[in-house]
Amino acid sequence: MRSLIDILELSTQEIDELIAKASDIIAHPEAYAHKCDGKILATLFFEPSTRTRLSFESAMLRLGGQVLGFSEAASSSAAKGESVADTARTVSCYSDIIAMRHPKEGAPLVASMNATVPVINAGDGGHNHPTQTLTDLLTIYHEKGHFDNLTVGFCGDLKFGRTVHSLISALSRYQGVRIALVSPEELKLPSYVKKEVLKKKGIEYVQTTDLESVMPELDILYMTRVQRERFFNEEDYLRLKDSYILTPEKLVSAKQDLCILHPLPRVNEISVAVDKDPRACYFKQVNYGRFIRMALILKLLEID
Amino acid sequence: MIIDAIKNGIVIDHIAAGKAMELYKILGLGELDCTVAILKNVVSGKLGRKDIIKIDRVLDLDWDVIGYVDPNITVNIIIDGRRVEKRQLKLPETITNVIRCKNPRCITSVEQELPQIFKLTDRENRVYRCLYCETQAGK
Repeated sequence: MRSLIDILELSTQEIDELIAKASDIIAHPEAYAHKCDGKILATLFFEPSTRTRLSFESAMLRLGGQVLGFSEAASSSAAKGESVADTARTVSCYSDIIAMRHPKEGAPLVASMNATVPVINAGDGGHNHPTQTLTDLLTIYHEKGHFDNLTVGFCGDLKFGRTVHSLISALSRYQGVRIALVSPEELKLPSYVKKEVLKKKGIEYVQTTDLESVMPELDILYMTRVQRERFFNEEDYLRLKDSYILTPEKLVSAKQDLCILHPLPRVNEISVAVDKDPRACYFKQVNYGRFIRMALILKLLEID
Repeated sequence: MIIDAIKNGIVIDHIAAGKAMELYKILGLGELDCTVAILKNVVSGKLGRKDIIKIDRVLDLDWDVIGYVDPNITVNIIIDGRRVEKRQLKLPETITNVIRCKNPRCITSVEQELPQIFKLTDRENRVYRCLYCETQAGK
């Protein structure tokens, strides 16, 4: 039995297999409509999330399975003080696989150490969010056809943005990838990620506060939201939230085949005027998210 | 200064100068009812200055904890006045319930009964990270 807590638990070969499976599901959805008949996915969301929870639930329903769970801690026994370990043991009795989101970092790992069914980390605080990374990788693969030799720009909150850390780690395993890090000083990529991922893997990278200076080089632009819930201090949030707003004017110097991604939800960091630009891929990304979660559920349930 | 030789006990030697008290606390040596001697700033050919701890009893120590504090420490087991074992330590791969994670976002900050587990992620720079949230020890 296997869980997925951190994207690096998957080899590049396994990621390739998941992408291949997801692509096959996209091409032949009817062939997968009953693969999970009789199986139950439990979605344990201790923190609100519309997109990820519905994506998991849609993925299981499209596979013919069923779902149960809760969407906020207040409606779970955590409100009574139950530990994550006990919740995981209990829910294992009711389901075949668990997707868990929790505001505390490491909670899904604790769940996986105590559950008797596979656990998928659906986001733990500012730490890991492996299915978002799989979504990003599937989107990049479908838009670009490969991962090697891409120049990928990350813009916004690179300090608390868990999707950024995970995607950088995943991309660092491919040949010739170059990274541009664009953020305000206060939200720079943590030095340990630079040291233990970028420098260790010999990845070429630049760090800047000026998005337009790197725009012409980018094949992928990964925008992120400055997340209110990651700040202990409201003043810091208000000061930094509007640091980067992507507009059609800022895209003038960008490549014609640039691919703009965003893990969503967005607030105002991408102007709605950009939505009509064919380079805007963030809504396609949402769709890819469901397919890669379908592939992952099949893999962890060991269903072919 | 003369400290009596131990007949049956343990000598923790080559402790980096100034680290003896940390080791004393972390090993819980204050709980022992036997004689424990702490020697600070002892002249050492190898280290310049070093600390030494002598324990007047043979007991089972947590080798991983000692290795975490300083992998260059050597431990001598003395029985009937003779050294019967000299143990070289190394950095342990994991340490459990020795240090606490200081990340307020870590699950261990709210679930106090979880074991505090740290993994060695960078041997060269002696970096340990929390198993749960990957925050670096001491940060």
